[in-house]
Amino acid sequence: MAVVTSGPTQLEIRGVSKSFGGVQAVSRVSVDVQKGQILSIIGPNGAGKTTLLNCISSVFHPETGTIVLEGQDLTRLSPARVAGRGIARTFQNIALFRGMTVVDNLMLGRHIHMKNGVLRSMLYWGPGRREEVEHRRVVEDIIDFLEIEAIRKRPVGSLPYGLQKRVELGRALALHPKVLLLDEPMGGTNHEEKEDMARFILDVNDEWGTTIILIEHDMGVVMDISQHVVVLDLGEKIAEGTPAEVKAHPQVIKAYLGTKATV
Amino acid sequence: MAFFFDLFVNGLMIGSMYALVALGFVLIYKATSVVNFAQGDLVMFGGYIAAALVVLYKLPLAVALPVLLGSMIALGFIVERGVLRPMVGQNVISVVMVTIGLSQVFQGSAAMLWGAQTKNIPLPIPLEPYVIWEIYISPVNLVAALVSGVFLVAFVWFFRKSRMGIAMRATANDQQAAMAVGINVRFIFALSWAIAGLAAALGGVLWGNLIGVDTQLALVGLKVFPAVILGGLDSVPGAVVGGLIIGAVESVAAGYVDPYVGGGTKDFLPYVLMILALMVRPYGFFGREIIERV
Repeated sequence: MAVVTSGPTQLEIRGVSKSFGGVQAVSRVSVDVQKGQILSIIGPNGAGKTTLLNCISSVFHPETGTIVLEGQDLTRLSPARVAGRGIARTFQNIALFRGMTVVDNLMLGRHIHMKNGVLRSMLYWGPGRREEVEHRRVVEDIIDFLEIEAIRKRPVGSLPYGLQKRVELGRALALHPKVLLLDEPMGGTNHEEKEDMARFILDVNDEWGTTIILIEHDMGVVMDISQHVVVLDLGEKIAEGTPAEVKAHPQVIKAYLGTKATV
Repeated sequence: MAFFFDLFVNGLMIGSMYALVALGFVLIYKATSVVNFAQGDLVMFGGYIAAALVVLYKLPLAVALPVLLGSMIALGFIVERGVLRPMVGQNVISVVMVTIGLSQVFQGSAAMLWGAQTKNIPLPIPLEPYVIWEIYISPVNLVAALVSGVFLVAFVWFFRKSRMGIAMRATANDQQAAMAVGINVRFIFALSWAIAGLAAALGGVLWGNLIGVDTQLALVGLKVFPAVILGGLDSVPGAVVGGLIIGAVESVAAGYVDPYVGGGTKDFLPYVLMILALMVRPYGFFGREIIERV
């Protein structure tokens, strides 16, 4: 199978399996993610897409297999450590600090980059203040980039769904991740919001060279923005390749449309 | 009127000591969703350690205090690691039963280690009351209020402004999101218990000095429930305001009503308030209203 981009492999997923009770959610899945790639994971409901993402971000630890980022094994680390190593994510059902403002949510995204201890942050001036100002600037840049200046002081819980999705992307970006995992970034949003989100994803990838792995159901969007597509069905990888290759793959057609399909 | 202010002001000072105990309770509930029925027993244990260090081992106060604070912080950590972490994901009743069990273990082990008879913690505080604007203020209450006040202000600052405090608030808000931004949620749980242990250590010294140290000291924990229900189970300012209200109300009510009924108002009224609060405003003054969409 042809590899689209020939960049070095940044994230190596090797033979990852995870089961819940008797259900094999992910079964010996291997994927090589190239640096700077936009990679989509698609598949019918229950294919194991979110489980695979949860294994990468260490929400679950896989029973077999390894996940290696730039030569470092992430498989057994805690979710917090994985975030510290440069993997940020968003969630299918949005996980934000709902009682806090947009700015505070993004500032929390800077947590792993903050070095001030209790004592130093008590001093208003000096290094503590310099660090604070520095993080503020990063956060304000992201707010500009995502065009959410107007709502920066609003508590996140009061925002409409589409904007919450955008704030969650902002918080993930605030980590300055090497790899960004997006679990249905367009799920439940309207047409206009979908277009905005697609634009932001492409811009992030373009401006910062961030590797992006996303799960998405909207095939139009997937085919438009991804360079590489991985197809899961019933926990197994059934195909991968460029959008065009995947679209023509007989097993993919079978998984989506059933047998005896003619396209 | 001077009599009323006597009762009110001294009540508020006692209330600040309730607030100190309530803070530990709220902190644990907020960060880890554990309803800790052993909070009063932690206070008692703190009082026992203080009394043991000062009375039994004859340590000077300047040495005893850091040892006490250190050992109560350690106790908080150990309880979280050893007893509550294995219970993560169990149902609410099991966790509540564990804390009730812990409460009895604390009482039993304190009595076994240092004896059941009442001990005093001698603090260098004058007994003569101060008179300010015709209000009699007991120096013991004043010192207690100052210590509690300083701790509460320091804690609120820590919670609002420091990196770890903000991480604690974030964890209380959404655990999944907290993990995703790289916050070590397990450490936050342990930290909550450690700070609750610290608050209990101070509470133990102050309450122990006021009413003596024996296993009965754990009963101050019972007053925490009306305080946190009034203030809101998951609200730090609520714990402070609730504690102050309970202190003031019981002091004023005891002053006016006790002479007619022969005592008991102190124990009666806070709970009547609690029951009324639960009927009228179940989330407390400052608590987060949880709206479930069905």
